[in-house]
Amino acid sequence: MTLASPMVDAAAVATTAVVMLETRGLCKRYGAIEVTRNVDLCIERGARHALIGPNGAGKTTFVNLVTGVTEPSAGSIYLGGREVTSASAQKRVAAGLARTFQINTLFADLTVAENIAIALSQRLGLAWKLWGRPAAHAEVVEQAAALLEQLGLLTLAARRVNALAYGQRRMLEIAIALALKPQVLLLDEPAAGIPNGESGMILDLLERLPADIAILFIEHDMNLVFRFAKKITVLVEGAVLVEGKPDDIRADERVRNVYLGRRHD
Amino acid sequence: MKSIIRNVLPAEALPSYRLRLADALPWLVALGAFFMFDTYMSLGAQILIMVIFGISLDLALGFAGINTLGHAAFFGVGAYAAGYYSLHVSAEPLSGLLVAALAAGVIGLLSGWLLLRTNGLALLMLTMVTTVVLHEVANTWRDVTGGADGLSGIETSPLLGTFAFDLYGKTAYLYALAVLFVVFIAMRVIVNSPFGLAIRGIRENSKRMLLVGTPVHAKLILAYTLSAAIAGIAGALSAEITRTVGLDLLSFQLSGNILIMLIIGGVGRLYGAFIGIPLYMLLLDRAAAIDPFHWMFFVGIALILLVRFAPGGLLALAQQLRQRLVLRLTTPVKENK
Amino acid sequence: MFSRFVVSCISLLFDGLAFGMVLFLISIGMSITMGVMRVVNLAHCGFAMIGGYLAFMLMTQAHLPFAAAVPLAVLGTMLLGALLERTVYAWIYAQSELGQVLMTIGLTFVMIATANAMFGSTVQNIPVPAALHGTYQLGAISLPVYRLFLIAVSCVCAAGIWYVLERTQVGAKLRAAVDNVRMAACIGMNVKAFFGITFAIGCGFAGLGGALGADMFPLEPYYALNYLVLVLIVVSVGGLGSIKGTLIAALTLGMIDTLGRYFVPGAGGLVIYLATLVLLLLRPQGLYGKKMS
Repeated sequence: MTLASPMVDAAAVATTAVVMLETRGLCKRYGAIEVTRNVDLCIERGARHALIGPNGAGKTTFVNLVTGVTEPSAGSIYLGGREVTSASAQKRVAAGLARTFQINTLFADLTVAENIAIALSQRLGLAWKLWGRPAAHAEVVEQAAALLEQLGLLTLAARRVNALAYGQRRMLEIAIALALKPQVLLLDEPAAGIPNGESGMILDLLERLPADIAILFIEHDMNLVFRFAKKITVLVEGAVLVEGKPDDIRADERVRNVYLGRRHD
Repeated sequence: MKSIIRNVLPAEALPSYRLRLADALPWLVALGAFFMFDTYMSLGAQILIMVIFGISLDLALGFAGINTLGHAAFFGVGAYAAGYYSLHVSAEPLSGLLVAALAAGVIGLLSGWLLLRTNGLALLMLTMVTTVVLHEVANTWRDVTGGADGLSGIETSPLLGTFAFDLYGKTAYLYALAVLFVVFIAMRVIVNSPFGLAIRGIRENSKRMLLVGTPVHAKLILAYTLSAAIAGIAGALSAEITRTVGLDLLSFQLSGNILIMLIIGGVGRLYGAFIGIPLYMLLLDRAAAIDPFHWMFFVGIALILLVRFAPGGLLALAQQLRQRLVLRLTTPVKENK
Repeated sequence: MFSRFVVSCISLLFDGLAFGMVLFLISIGMSITMGVMRVVNLAHCGFAMIGGYLAFMLMTQAHLPFAAAVPLAVLGTMLLGALLERTVYAWIYAQSELGQVLMTIGLTFVMIATANAMFGSTVQNIPVPAALHGTYQLGAISLPVYRLFLIAVSCVCAAGIWYVLERTQVGAKLRAAVDNVRMAACIGMNVKAFFGITFAIGCGFAGLGGALGADMFPLEPYYALNYLVLVLIVVSVGGLGSIKGTLIAALTLGMIDTLGRYFVPGAGGLVIYLATLVLLLLRPQGLYGKKMS
């Protein structure tokens, strides 16, 4: 599998690797400050893996390292069994990695459909074509419509992003990542900023995500975490404190002391 | 097949520049000017050349979001290339355009590859310095560029072997208009394409584009190169029509002027150049006869007010006015009690 | 004993030094405002021009002596700068980089047109007081007294700026603001007032450069645009917000420009511009600027 080729379908990958994302001894230092310390993480196909930890624990830095936005000081990263430590962010996306941002990172002046079309067009290898309207490409239109309908955003397809409500923008943020048909999806606080009463949309979406995608999500919303995560890693001050099943984490004394607080029973 | 595609997404979900009746307007005006103002053909040709130049800048600045203060570099390179070609190789005008496009495109490719790694202030500075460097090179390289005297006595053979360039500039005007038409069509096709969508994405949020798997740098270089080639064509037209090439075509002042003219019309809107440039140049022509400094004063004030209150330029203002007018005309009138 | 060549070289170097020091005075304000307020201010040379014209006006129309006219001209420039900062620049701060470029170019145009309306388009000379006429003989080398005076004043200014920045609380605050404006505001710094005062002082130095340097930088309406490219190069090569960087860049550019003009006309410019291009490509933040993330 070349890094430049479009997404390989899940069935073909199933026979080759179960571990979709792996980091070994990942470190990041800024001068004397260690932001990420020796993190080993392993995410399998179909995983629902939460990364939690107090503010400043280095969760977003970790995601930046994995996606290639930041260069690690030491350690290695593997995507689908192949090393990507020195690969550019763009190549990692082409290899099946997609992420969402904690703060909405959308194309503000373009319509919802255009936001999706950009990602689709890139994945389908159309983005260098100098002629032909996107609306005239059947694959783009049909796949965009299908995705938007799944997310309940179809009626908003012609609206510009800066005219959307915050919750809708969060949905679009995830939609763009899904348009890339990733094998590994990194969600950085998908429910960030959404009041508890309105988080139903996001929760619903997370439950309906394809079963074979490996998902790592950062979250502070503990309800969300304990509802979806099958495995939890707790990051404190850049290092892994403990990793395990949700019930074990909930009961773990160290985690309680550091993060959850005594009230959570 | 097309109707099936269209029904799946709501209308205007993937908007593109569609042909409307109003699109014929600028061309009708340009042809009308040809018949009504036939003593002003040389000014007319100059305006058309600048509109082509403005369109090229719009591709880089308005659509790809590349902040550049150095677009005159490509105009000047195109002009000198066409001039040199005409003097030493062949006076055939159309091949001169190709040579200029190629030369400017190569400079665009090289400088884009080097410069587009940066952005913001550093990019503004680098583009400005590149123009100034080329200016100095042209100033020193007398054998090729004629130094401070520039190139003169450029011959332009009849277009397509039949249409000779007359003293009144009529052929020149129609020639420039035809080139503008072709360039505009090409521009529309590019902007409406998936590539056009991609560079608009880069303009809106290049971080996001990177994380969608786009080779951002490579795409910017292509947009910049295409833009440079078109600017080169404009420069070549200038050389062929005015029959001279001077150092002022490679100046920072020209970069600034085309930027101002385009902003007045509106960036990123395809027709901004059509509005801003003729307006500016016509007013300048009138004002320069009276007092160039008064003109500077008004342009200065206009720029400040425009950026503050109408950043989308005159075109955006016109669109807002039209929307407000439509709203007022379609809302039912309330009864007076 | 000295060959004529060496004598002319030293003369040239001296001229280059004077030119560079005036360039420093004009540029330092721009470096600091661009470094602190992160504003692209292409109208900065206009303030140098205003300082020059004010000094000219005070000397020729109010008949004030040089020693009074120059400080008053600097004060006037500072006041005008402070006024503009509160009004027009409030709009400018809110713009994107391109918007700032356009607005400040617009402001420059207005300055040029106003200067022309008030003083005409011919070059104006600022009369130099008799005490500063003539040359000082150092062996076989003649050094114009006025240039010596220029260099002396600039050195005092540079030393003063350095002292304020490195040794006083105010300076520490300014350096903090260059480093991180939001943090500085969070620790209680009155950012608005600070910006205003910093801007005014920057304009003051520019005005001083304009008033003193009128023989090397001729005073005419297009002054505001003529030296813009040079000043921008000094500022971006030196690094925004860095005194040391601005000084080194200004002196180097001054030397190259002066020497180049004498030995190989035209090549001096080429050398400067190519060097700038290469430097900014390798180090976009300039010699001593802060690395932007």
